[in-house]
Amino acid sequence: MGDPRVLLLDDYSTKDDWDRLGRELGLDKPYYEQYGIFVKEALKGEFGESIQQGRPAMHIILERLPATIQLGVAAFVLSLIVGVPLGILSAVKRGSLLDQFSRVIALIGQSAPPFWLGIMLMFFFAVQLDWLPPFGREGPKSVILPAITLGWFYAAANLRLIRSAMLDVLDSEYIKLARAKGVSSRSIIMKHAFRNALIPPLTFAGVTLGALVTGSLVTETVFAWPGLGKLAVDSLFGLDYPLLQGVVIIFTLMYVGASFLVDVLYAYIDPRIRYN
Amino acid sequence: MASLENNVTTGSLNPRRITLSGLWYALRRWPVFPVGILAIVVIAAIGAPWIAPHNPERGVIRDRLLPPFWASETIANKLVVERVEMEDRGRLITLTDALELDPSASLGGSVDVVILPGGSTKYLLGTDQVGRDMLSRLIYGARISLIVGLVTLAVGGSVGVALGLIAGWYGGWVDELIMRLVDVLLSLPVVLVALVFVVALGQSFAIIVAVLALWIWTRFARQVRSEVLQLKTRDYVALARVSGASTPRILLIHIFPGTINTLIVVATLQVGIVILLESVLSFLGAGVPPPTPAWGSMVSDGRDKLAEFWWISTLPGIAILLTVMSLNLLGDWLRDKLDPRLRQLE
Repeated sequence: MGDPRVLLLDDYSTKDDWDRLGRELGLDKPYYEQYGIFVKEALKGEFGESIQQGRPAMHIILERLPATIQLGVAAFVLSLIVGVPLGILSAVKRGSLLDQFSRVIALIGQSAPPFWLGIMLMFFFAVQLDWLPPFGREGPKSVILPAITLGWFYAAANLRLIRSAMLDVLDSEYIKLARAKGVSSRSIIMKHAFRNALIPPLTFAGVTLGALVTGSLVTETVFAWPGLGKLAVDSLFGLDYPLLQGVVIIFTLMYVGASFLVDVLYAYIDPRIRYN
Repeated sequence: MASLENNVTTGSLNPRRITLSGLWYALRRWPVFPVGILAIVVIAAIGAPWIAPHNPERGVIRDRLLPPFWASETIANKLVVERVEMEDRGRLITLTDALELDPSASLGGSVDVVILPGGSTKYLLGTDQVGRDMLSRLIYGARISLIVGLVTLAVGGSVGVALGLIAGWYGGWVDELIMRLVDVLLSLPVVLVALVFVVALGQSFAIIVAVLALWIWTRFARQVRSEVLQLKTRDYVALARVSGASTPRILLIHIFPGTINTLIVVATLQVGIVILLESVLSFLGAGVPPPTPAWGSMVSDGRDKLAEFWWISTLPGIAILLTVMSLNLLGDWLRDKLDPRLRQLE
């Protein structure tokens, strides 16, 4: 199970071929020794050669990285520009038509399977209406559908978080005081309430950036987007371990980097954290 | 308090009349829609062998790609010409073929050709590319989703509750160890990890449940731990300890019942997530092995034929959407009823 030689050799291969390929790939060595070699090389940024493509895994990964970053950033930005304003407005105008609309957006985003959402978007906007390219990565328009597919769930999550945080803050004493002093309601919402309501969604943003990686597996597969997510799925089903290990490590680094970025932003938004 | 309110009968003077506004009020107040949908899914899952009109795994190739019953025939107007190349078959037709359909056809004229038959009541929701009944597959698919969801929940939930109780009760390094493990697991990309396990160990029901349970227990552990931290400072717990109750007894008899409300809410919301994850795995080809129908793999089956045969991908997706949506709605409702404090936690 899971031996890459199963896919690399055909039915006419002999036991000798099997052993020879094992020696070339280092599979004849005991597991602990294989692991030792892996760690030593990984620390140098080398993950070995891709078994399927015969090129250094790192090269392939670096080629694919921009596509994943482009998609991730687009989805992240989308989740903010949809989730944040809708979250604020639906909290301020609670029970309004807009609030109801936001609820539906959030509910679909949290309940729809992402691959199906992608296929449906592709069907309507690419096949039926022919407005946008159905798949691939050519031109700036091609990122729109994948970004919506990937970003909808997080837009929904942001919307809910901002809405409930805003409702809490708007109910607090200092907001009532500000109102009593006659501060304009625009200033109350943007200056007093919003900044405080940003903290829970920001915590979530750290998780989001990491989770966008997981989401990219599905979205990139649906839209044939040439990024790391599709590479991970392809290398996995192709039993291309050096490549897969490289992708997983890059994913982890992206996650750690994102969490760090959020911690820094935290201190910027909430001075209480900085001074402690 | 709650029991007092329940005992007060409302509107007992006039016999209740069902009015439209009363109906609307009930619909808004009680989770009628989600419970209805979930009831259908549960009944379908349990009674699949009796309800399903056809065999979900064996198709009739003659009846392949039939649309749902409400769809009418798709007719194309084709130009009659002498010879037709393969790539022009969508808009051209040869005279010989045209004459079979319409005796008055002539070169240069045009005939109407049925390119897709209408739906029939034999297959209510149509058939897929190998002639399997969509409705039957959807009904059996509910089984997979529900069983994976419930088994994962049972395994992951009990592990999570146990570890959450232990972490919250003992605190110190035990707590530290368990919670760091939770952090690590939550930071893993779960779909990728699940895929790796499936590829390395083989595609099976047990492995999918094991991987999802390994990930889902963390949610329960976190929630239960924070409940225990609050409950263990209560007087009745101190009293139980003074009167000589053993630790397992205190945890199971005195503390655990206090976490049940929270658990019901968490469980309802997490089942939805597990069902969604299972569908993602089966979409990517790492779910329960075919030909067993799973909603996720059904969506995947119809992917490349979407433009002509939209129902193959669309219907199972709607099934997943409705099920997960109902669980989310029910979870939100239960949270408001049972445990409003959880509101902030999302």
